[in-house]
Amino acid sequence: MATTEKDRAIRTTVNEAWRGFAFGEWTKGIDVNSFIEKNLTSYEGDERFLAGPTDRTTSLWDQVSILLKEERERGGVHDIDVHTISTITSHGPGYIDKEKETIVGLQTDAPLKRSIQPFCGIRMAIDACEAYGYKLDPEIEAIFRDIRKTHNQGVFDAYTTEMRLARKAGIVTGLPDAYGRGRIIGDYRRAALYGVDALIEAKKADQLALEPDVMSEDVIRLREELSEQIRALSELKEMAAAYGYDISKPARNAGEAVQWLYFAYLAAIKEQNGAAMSLGRVSSFLDIYIERDLQEGTLTEAGAQELVDHFVMKLRLVKFLRTPDYNELFSGDPTWVTESIGGMGLDGRTRVTKNSFRFLHTLYNLGPAPEPNLTVLWSKSLPEAFKTYCARVSAETSSIQYENDDLMRPQFGDDYGIACCVSAMRIGKQMQFFGARANLAKALLYAINGGKDEKLGIQVGPVMAPIISEVLDYSEVMANFDLVMDWLSKLYMNTLNVIHYMHDKYGYERIEMALHDRDIVRTMACGIAGLSVVADSLSAIKHAKVRPIRDERGIAVDFEIIGDYPQYGNNDDRVDDIAVSLVEGFMNRLRGHRAYRDAIPTLSVLTITSNVVYGKKTGTTPDGRKAGEPFAPGANPMHGRDRKGALASLASVAKLPYEHSLDGISNTFSIIPKALGKEEEVRHRNLSALLDGYAASGGHHLNINVFNREQLLDAMEHPESYPQLTIRVSGYAVNFIKLTREQQLDVIGRTFHGEI
Amino acid sequence: MSGRIHSIDTFGTVDGPGIRFVLFMQGCALRCDFCHNPDTWDTAGGRQVEVEDILSEIEPYLPYYQGSGGGITVTGGEPTLQAPFVAKLFKACKERFGLHTALDSSGFCDPTHAGELMSYTDLVLLDLKQLNPDKHIRLTSQPHDRILKFASWLSEIRKPVWIRHVLIPGHTDDKEDLSLLGQFMGELSNVERLELLPYHEMGVYKWERLGKDYPLAGVRPPDEEEVKRARRIIEESARSVGTAHA
Repeated sequence: MATTEKDRAIRTTVNEAWRGFAFGEWTKGIDVNSFIEKNLTSYEGDERFLAGPTDRTTSLWDQVSILLKEERERGGVHDIDVHTISTITSHGPGYIDKEKETIVGLQTDAPLKRSIQPFCGIRMAIDACEAYGYKLDPEIEAIFRDIRKTHNQGVFDAYTTEMRLARKAGIVTGLPDAYGRGRIIGDYRRAALYGVDALIEAKKADQLALEPDVMSEDVIRLREELSEQIRALSELKEMAAAYGYDISKPARNAGEAVQWLYFAYLAAIKEQNGAAMSLGRVSSFLDIYIERDLQEGTLTEAGAQELVDHFVMKLRLVKFLRTPDYNELFSGDPTWVTESIGGMGLDGRTRVTKNSFRFLHTLYNLGPAPEPNLTVLWSKSLPEAFKTYCARVSAETSSIQYENDDLMRPQFGDDYGIACCVSAMRIGKQMQFFGARANLAKALLYAINGGKDEKLGIQVGPVMAPIISEVLDYSEVMANFDLVMDWLSKLYMNTLNVIHYMHDKYGYERIEMALHDRDIVRTMACGIAGLSVVADSLSAIKHAKVRPIRDERGIAVDFEIIGDYPQYGNNDDRVDDIAVSLVEGFMNRLRGHRAYRDAIPTLSVLTITSNVVYGKKTGTTPDGRKAGEPFAPGANPMHGRDRKGALASLASVAKLPYEHSLDGISNTFSIIPKALGKEEEVRHRNLSALLDGYAASGGHHLNINVFNREQLLDAMEHPESYPQLTIRVSGYAVNFIKLTREQQLDVIGRTFHGEI
Repeated sequence: MSGRIHSIDTFGTVDGPGIRFVLFMQGCALRCDFCHNPDTWDTAGGRQVEVEDILSEIEPYLPYYQGSGGGITVTGGEPTLQAPFVAKLFKACKERFGLHTALDSSGFCDPTHAGELMSYTDLVLLDLKQLNPDKHIRLTSQPHDRILKFASWLSEIRKPVWIRHVLIPGHTDDKEDLSLLGQFMGELSNVERLELLPYHEMGVYKWERLGKDYPLAGVRPPDEEEVKRARRIIEESARSVGTAHA
């Protein structure tokens, strides 16, 4: 009888939590998208309904601003808890100001206090502590040195000589072999919609269904993972209980929905220090709860905005302990709490809700900020009022990025989210193995120099005859380059296989995977850097005369270019076709190699801020770029070479084939305010038209920056006056003043459309 | 037919309505002290192109121009120096693409020379630089009679015009000169808009690159208040004439 009573009690709670919702597939099994489809209220109106910050919000944000200022003054880290290994339940409750917070939960027991997350690499933890003047607890160091093996150790146990050498030369760089891979989006909404108990029950059923006759390695691994997932879900409940919340049952109102969802996300960031810890697509999901509360009269617009503001404030406080080296690759302390906003449903209705506006509105209520990484899923069919509002927010804050929903929806459906910068994945149904990137510009130099590294002077690539002709011949270079790319794609894939095998083994994302289906799609997300450098180099070799200047070792260290050549970024097929075939060619090579765990190989053209580091590690290239000079970021044309204005530049990038670069094609676009038009309204209209045009022409991603170069120069001189100056770099946003000086100069040196 | 051009910009938003394709022609008869494109002066510079070349540069971006109420603007240099080329280009833009056409000119052009061009031009952005005759010669190296004659002719043929005036503190912002400009504007029947362009220093590096001394060295851009003041003066004088549309 006890069971029946318990069942009835559960049913009552669930009925209360789901009151007023339209039922469907989502009530029969875990299916958040079905819930959204049945219950979403699309919003076609404008921003006039929005509310400003409440007094509580303002006063809380003031406190946070002081803490952030202190953090900057202390060299980038406020405090480190060097004695505790971070797990879901490691730290007791922490608050900014308990009385004022409507949404609670911090990674440690105090705001901005960073935790030790050593499972993927103890070296990173030791070095990071030292870099900021702390010393890691020797006991923790000993545990991870002598007793508990890390991901990093596992990878280096299995790396081949060739992999180590390629890594040293920088032909592949940024690999997640010493830190958490990230780029996995847990479906944090499930905690709110179903409560954690139901999720545990579903996982148990999944596991029970996995008792086949043959216990193969795959089955054993998955069964172990499911047990870990179930354990992590219990820990999630325990963590919430420490804050005084029982999240075993579904959320009953908007406040609880935000809180449950945030707890699930918080568990993930306590467990994993992933390169990108993205949030998914939560704003329109939460709108359903807010709408219900507004209807029931239990919430006002000011209260709804307060919930969103406080939630976003928490997301702005997400911090990881990382080394200065890491910062070179991913500059400005990014966390990629990417939230995907808007887009269209497969049923033709827009997924823009009032909450889409509220999320963007935090950039006013709390001021501009790089995190969360607000990403608008742009479609030609979005409501005009929302498009105009986005354009206004971009023009005024430079804090949002755009990705083409019309391009992604056919591939990923209508409930995908962006991980990190540009990587789309179906939420809760798909994950990726993050693969950083291969340096194509260096590969081209290997083709010219017979596989010798131009910096190290030693053989790294395949042994082949170097090109010795006085003037470079296109077909001769291409023949060698094809061989180098064959070699590189194979080496690269094999290296990633090692990394992700070990990550699953030693750094498994228990809670994030607990918020996925059991059987998921995996992609092996490879990447390339230096696309525009190589396209222009090959164009120069083909259309002008390029004469290598060789040193005593016979390595080409400089190039004399005689004549003009078509340059990528001017909508000129003679060179753009080269860029297209580079993407397609490298992707097809990757498809030819077997990926770990049957992952589907994909490719991105994205550099994050590593375009600077890659440039540093790469010699002079045949396009005229000098040794050490940065590459253009992502798929951008090289700075100053796009001479026909913004539309021609965008058109070149839009030609890159998304079907061969499904992990994303990043384009960062900077324009001076005046160049968008004379009156404010006109500027917003033009920016919106620009986004429509780029989307219609098949462009994938666009970062929009609207500011003057002078403003950035001034911020370099007077950082204290620009605490919240936010700029978009490659796929994310940063506080400009947190970039290294080199990177600041790189940003300032880029093309600003509209300058005469 | 071929013409000599300096460069193109596929995304212009400040030279006429909407998003526009902007073509910079090569060659100019004036030598304005404040010119921000002195590299377009030399009539032998730039490069030779055919009308068809330009049309194929425009074509990929038509959705932007058509969708935003934009079009094409030809500027320079001085586009009327190559009026037959521009006329042919505008004709083709209208017939083939249905584009709105705008000409950005100093007006230093004889009406007889511009008849055909005007029949394919929807809007003239007319840069009136200085209404005081002596100051005009000093500032631009040429008298302004021909310019004023051209402006009056545009009014006669009722060609829509946006008057543009570059506001340079100490050079073009004298109250009397501004009043003269307003009066002149007031006598015209075709002025749809007055655009005051605050002087800026972004072209200075080009003078340096060309090895020329920059005549306005040390002159600062006007502030917002000064721009408002100038507009007030011009518009008041225009109204006092009584026929102004500005």
